[in-house]
Amino acid sequence: MPKSSPSIDMTPMVDLAFLLVTFFMLAASIRPSDPVDVDIPTSISDMAIPANVVLVTVDAGGRVFFKMSDPEAKRELINSMMGKYKSLKLTEKQVEEFTLMETFGCTVGELPQYIDLSTDERRQFNTSGIPYLDSTKNQLKDWIDFGNRAAVNSGRTAYEVAQMDGLNPDPKDFVPKFILRVDSKTLYANAQKVIDVFRELELNNLNFITSLEMAPL
Amino acid sequence: MAEIAEGGGGGGHDKGKKRAKKSSTKVDMTPMVDLAFLLLTFFVLTTTFAKPKVMSLVYPAKLTDEEMKDIKPTKINNAITFLLTEDKIYYYEDEFFPKGNPQGEPPTELKETNFSPDGVRALLAKGNKYVIQERERLEKLVESKQMVDSVFTQKMIEAKQNKKALKVLIKTDDKATCKNFIDLVDELKIADIGMIAPVDILKSELDLLKAKAK
Repeated sequence: MPKSSPSIDMTPMVDLAFLLVTFFMLAASIRPSDPVDVDIPTSISDMAIPANVVLVTVDAGGRVFFKMSDPEAKRELINSMMGKYKSLKLTEKQVEEFTLMETFGCTVGELPQYIDLSTDERRQFNTSGIPYLDSTKNQLKDWIDFGNRAAVNSGRTAYEVAQMDGLNPDPKDFVPKFILRVDSKTLYANAQKVIDVFRELELNNLNFITSLEMAPL
Repeated sequence: MAEIAEGGGGGGHDKGKKRAKKSSTKVDMTPMVDLAFLLLTFFVLTTTFAKPKVMSLVYPAKLTDEEMKDIKPTKINNAITFLLTEDKIYYYEDEFFPKGNPQGEPPTELKETNFSPDGVRALLAKGNKYVIQERERLEKLVESKQMVDSVFTQKMIEAKQNKKALKVLIKTDDKATCKNFIDLVDELKIADIGMIAPVDILKSELDLLKAKAK
């Protein structure tokens, strides 16, 4: 009687496993770790997030965080901020680190200390976010105002580059967009104060980040 | 692969005779396969496919006090004002008269509604009939190839700005949440409302809302 081998040919299964591994590896986008968790509301809007953005986050407790998409614009932004806030002094290395930072939220005074922290430590950092309630010392207003100017410049440069490459770019795609990422549980009154800062700067066209839900039939 | 070694040890038969050991051509792949599945599990669990989207909303320009003085109140036709508090929605139609209007109409009463299909959605569909009929008419033209998509988009924008289209004002008190607000704006977008204005709440409206919400 022939002895039957106890082994099974697992090659097809392993092939499939590797195929799936490859697929998920390529499909996964590395999400930068944010210093704040936000529960995004849902809507039926299917507009993608534009490229050149100034993003303000309001978390559940009403703290405000800031983010810009373009690193070059962030360099210009921090230089403008250092021009206005004389007490803010950053080394060349800290400026470099700032341009690479994603979302951040702290007062201008806390900024040098904040930059030196690691991503995990920034999550733990005890801060009240960017001050936005005071009308005379409204730091959020300066971040948005200088951020807008820097984003306009970098958008213009990007448009010229695209034009020189022989593409037929639409200038509208390079204009900075203003995005609000609000937590669903936060009070609208908090968001409204941030919106009022935008409106004071005559930036009335805002976008809310939402996650997609099915439209009713 | 994943072989179970048979006749282990290789001892036994050698009675001084030296024979080249037949080496197996199979490599044990078990650790690699383990790793592959581990990675697979990791990526399956961490990948999120739903990218967040944006919903655009145009706010009215902020006016200085002097500019405010120059604006004369206009008669509002075909408008709904929503008042949000906590997770409740109240609304009234057309103009607001805290004490009744000169023509002898009764004072404005707030009505409560909700996000069910016969709540806000039915209310908006009723008020925005003009735009909805216009959309149906234009969609038929597009279907029968009498109109191209770009013209359709343009015509829809015009319809939404038309006098007969419904205008919506959103007012919130200090207890309203963002979820409530965004959900309402979402309903307005579903109902094809082009004129959405989130504005500050008036003192008289706030009093009425407080009395109602109790």
